[in-house]
Amino acid sequence: MAYSDKVIDHYNNPRNVGSLDKKDPSVGTGLVGAPECGDVMKLQIKINPETQVIEDAKFKTFGCGSAIASSSLATEWVKGRTLDEALTIKNTEIVKELNLPPVKIHCSVLAEDAIRAAIRDYQTKQGDETASEEATATA
Amino acid sequence: MSLKLPIYMDNHATTPCDPRVFEAMRPYFTEVFGNAASRNHSFGWEGEEAVENSRKQVADLIGASSKEIVFTSGATESDNLAIKGVADMYYEKGDHIITVVTEHKAVLDTCKKLEKRGFKVTYLSVDKDGLISPDDIRNAITDKTILVSVMMANNEIGVIQPIAEIGKICRERGVLFHTDATQAIGKIPFDVNALNVDLASLSAHKIYGPKGVGGLYVRRRNPRVMLVPMMDGGGHERGMRSGTLNVTGIVGLGKACEIATGEMTEENQRIFSLREKLRTGIMDEVPDVYVNGNLEHRLPGNLNVSFAYVEGESLLMGINDIAVSSGSACTSASLEPSYVLKALGVGEELAHSSIRFGLGRFNTEEEVDYAIGRVNEAVNRLRELSPLWEMVQEGIDLSKVHWAGE
Repeated sequence: MAYSDKVIDHYNNPRNVGSLDKKDPSVGTGLVGAPECGDVMKLQIKINPETQVIEDAKFKTFGCGSAIASSSLATEWVKGRTLDEALTIKNTEIVKELNLPPVKIHCSVLAEDAIRAAIRDYQTKQGDETASEEATATA
Repeated sequence: MSLKLPIYMDNHATTPCDPRVFEAMRPYFTEVFGNAASRNHSFGWEGEEAVENSRKQVADLIGASSKEIVFTSGATESDNLAIKGVADMYYEKGDHIITVVTEHKAVLDTCKKLEKRGFKVTYLSVDKDGLISPDDIRNAITDKTILVSVMMANNEIGVIQPIAEIGKICRERGVLFHTDATQAIGKIPFDVNALNVDLASLSAHKIYGPKGVGGLYVRRRNPRVMLVPMMDGGGHERGMRSGTLNVTGIVGLGKACEIATGEMTEENQRIFSLREKLRTGIMDEVPDVYVNGNLEHRLPGNLNVSFAYVEGESLLMGINDIAVSSGSACTSASLEPSYVLKALGVGEELAHSSIRFGLGRFNTEEEVDYAIGRVNEAVNRLRELSPLWEMVQEGIDLSKVHWAGE
């Protein structure tokens, strides 16, 4: 199978590899896929609570070169965007940017899922925190 | 000696044509071009002589007589001819065939086709080492069984089945025994009488010969095996396979067999020591690497290993100057990981992480050293990138994680 130059570039020089502290309330973590399916992506975002802007993003991926490239690209694209803006990223844009062939479209879908899962995790954390603050206030 | 890249280590897929084989074939492209079936001039006689010489070279390699060799286009055709040919010839005697889940698709799909036509097929399972139990064969044989088909050496994991024991059982029970010996013949000792084999498929391009030519051994005595041909026409190959003989290819197959007869023992030892060097060079350096299939009953050149927490296709990309193959779904069109590895009970995640190395005649120690370094470096790099590896280092049991993608 021939890979596009962009996939090879992301594979050889993946951007934003690493992990953020998942316990940090300003960090959202998305873990999607399953080992049996051959793809697991972990995407983490760090949000500025004042501006709702994603200030940092990190990923780790178990998967083929296209899966690695899709998640690497996703971290690049979410950085500097607000949560609402990040939610507009579509898998089809990832397919286009990386020239993914049809059999690799699921990699881009997984990357989109990972972004959404990370945002949801952050929002859940915020919700919980608001809830606990309220609880404290009532007490 | 300087290393030439890329390095070819996929010798189960195909092998390069040995230059000696090519030289033997050369005159038969242009100078000696006669149709081996032309009986009334010297051009035809020369062709026929070349074919008969090759027939003897093939027969000598497997302990057969020349008349028991039928030339085909390759092992897929040989498998089809053996199984369909027996089914069509002996259907009045019985409608039951026994084979194994880890067979090559040329056998499995042929059996499935026969099932559609009303034959009954038993697909025996293998143990975690990839081996079948001869007792399972014994127990599966009924009075309706006309054929047992078990491959000698597996194309993915290189595991060698107990063919001699199976052959003995089939002989005792009066059931014909076919073996797809494509990966075995020319690589390990193979004798049709010692193994009690009645039909055996082989291919030239797996043993440093040309593509597009192979053979089927068809026993002529005790018992005499009859086949209904698949190809009708001029009645070539004693009526079993019509079609003008591929003289050039057949000369190549014969020469490849002759070389194998002379050099196999020595070559085996050399390739085995390279394989062991590769295996220990990787497994002594990198943790969580698992060999798929039995290590003892195995082709000398085969190493099929899974690198936990690293996906196979991404690993292939990381060692892109070494040609190997992977059982990962991502390398196949079906998006399913290797059915052979699944049959061994290898978990899907480890099947996705598998790499098959196939060492052969032309691999060198320098190449193996290079491959060890490249593989270990790529696995370590990809594990740094792997969320699974990170989770395991944190002490998380992956089997207990609820995966969103499940």
